[in-house]
Amino acid sequence: MNVTERYRFIYKPLVFAASLIPLAWLVCGAFGWLGFDLGADPVKKLEHECGKTALNLLLLTLAVTPVRTLLHLPQLLRLRRMLGLFAFFYAVLHFTVYLVLDLELNFATLGADIAKRPYITIGFTALMLLIPLAATSTNGMMRRLGRRWQSLHRLVYVIAILGVWHFYWQVKRDVREPLVYAGILAALLLYRLVRARTTLRAAVKLTSRSGSATAPERT
Amino acid sequence: MRQEVQIPMHVPRIAPSEITPPEVYFNRRQLLAGALAAGVSSLAGAADEAPTGAPLNYTVNARYSVNEPPNKYEEITTYNNFYEFGTDKEDPSHNARTLPTSRWSVVVDGEAEVRGRFALEDLLKGQSLEERIYRFRCVEAWSLVVPWVGFPLSDLLARFKPTSRAKYVEFTTLYDPARMPGQRVSVLDWPYVEGLRIDEATHPLALMVVGLYGRVLPNQDGAPLRLIVPWKYGFKSIKSIVKIRFTESQPRTAWNVATPNEYGFYANVNPAVDHPRWSQATERRIGAPFLAARRPTLPFNGYAAEVASLYQGMDLRRYF
Repeated sequence: MNVTERYRFIYKPLVFAASLIPLAWLVCGAFGWLGFDLGADPVKKLEHECGKTALNLLLLTLAVTPVRTLLHLPQLLRLRRMLGLFAFFYAVLHFTVYLVLDLELNFATLGADIAKRPYITIGFTALMLLIPLAATSTNGMMRRLGRRWQSLHRLVYVIAILGVWHFYWQVKRDVREPLVYAGILAALLLYRLVRARTTLRAAVKLTSRSGSATAPERT
Repeated sequence: MRQEVQIPMHVPRIAPSEITPPEVYFNRRQLLAGALAAGVSSLAGAADEAPTGAPLNYTVNARYSVNEPPNKYEEITTYNNFYEFGTDKEDPSHNARTLPTSRWSVVVDGEAEVRGRFALEDLLKGQSLEERIYRFRCVEAWSLVVPWVGFPLSDLLARFKPTSRAKYVEFTTLYDPARMPGQRVSVLDWPYVEGLRIDEATHPLALMVVGLYGRVLPNQDGAPLRLIVPWKYGFKSIKSIVKIRFTESQPRTAWNVATPNEYGFYANVNPAVDHPRWSQATERRIGAPFLAARRPTLPFNGYAAEVASLYQGMDLRRYF
């Protein structure tokens, strides 16, 4: 099997199945199958677990670039779209549980929450921003948007920050867990910042040496 | 969703011979049977747990009981905010088992004629117990209905003969980081302290609780002695009390110290005053049917007729 086949027939199906494990666990818990159980407040459990899974997958998506560079595994890029789409899937589930099971479809409360509760405002914003990214995740859209595709998908940094912030802000007092998420996100973003600076410096050095007046196109 | 199980409205009758007098019970060293039962039930997973504590001798106080079906024992004992044992709702039910509640004593101090250290069994001697089914509303906007067993706080406080300078009562939870792993993390400024104005504390609804569902209170619910103030958010109802102090000035209470803009000293249940981060207008009743769990929150948690007069003339937005 060549690399393409290995990804198509082994790695991608594995990642697909693994991404569904949290959902399978929650469904079993909700119906009491296989001895799983969601505790005394199943609604909160579903809501929190979907939200956290969305964040986990979002951070995994952001980890693809550093991991493939540092471990010299460029092919890993082939898994990134699936991870990102599953992050979106769990974010939608999270919102659905909140609206249907928690608020019991009270749209007036939904509107008030989004307008008045900053942590819900930023969570909702993050979800809204994910929609264009999911919608433009196809090969066709990538081709059509060309370089604008990459600019658009840099939104994921903003989304991740909003998502972690949303988690941090809704915790009553014990912020240790959201701080772990914030730390991982900070490391992932810092990696990109450092790399961007290094690329910039290299480019500047290159242009000044060659005596060219044109600035580096992009970094 | 879990199956709906009919909740018995009345605790089954217990033969007098089966009842351990509270004095004897609270003097025990270990309740091996209870520990074993707890271990077995944890293996059973989702199965409904039956109350395991020693049965108590009590009468039912219908006057102070609400007409709503109580939550299951399992819900009341696995969904707990008791940060001394961890900040997840299930943590206390796992971590509180090893707390030794025998040979418990309470220190009484401050503006009272009778002060000192009192063994719990002495405080309970001759004290008749009653069951009251109260609503319990957490500041996190969920609620329960709980059949507590206890006695009026005013009965207890009267024994210590508070002086005229006793304007407030301060309660302190046990500080024991070795057995309360949550206290090794500075989530709150340990030990947990709560307090009431003296007229709140002597209100007939304020209950000192030693039991649940007719049996001795499980550790995760605040054994062996806890407060229940049903018209206030749950965090006022301090657990595992080791100290009672009568004071002239307002006690510095744990959540108020931690985040004064979010948690006031009074913390009366009030649908009109939101928590800065979430609404208090409605609440979700734990264990209620699918898509029918959210209900409007009532002023003073439905006890306004009894307690609203305590706060006459006070701006409840300011004194939240």
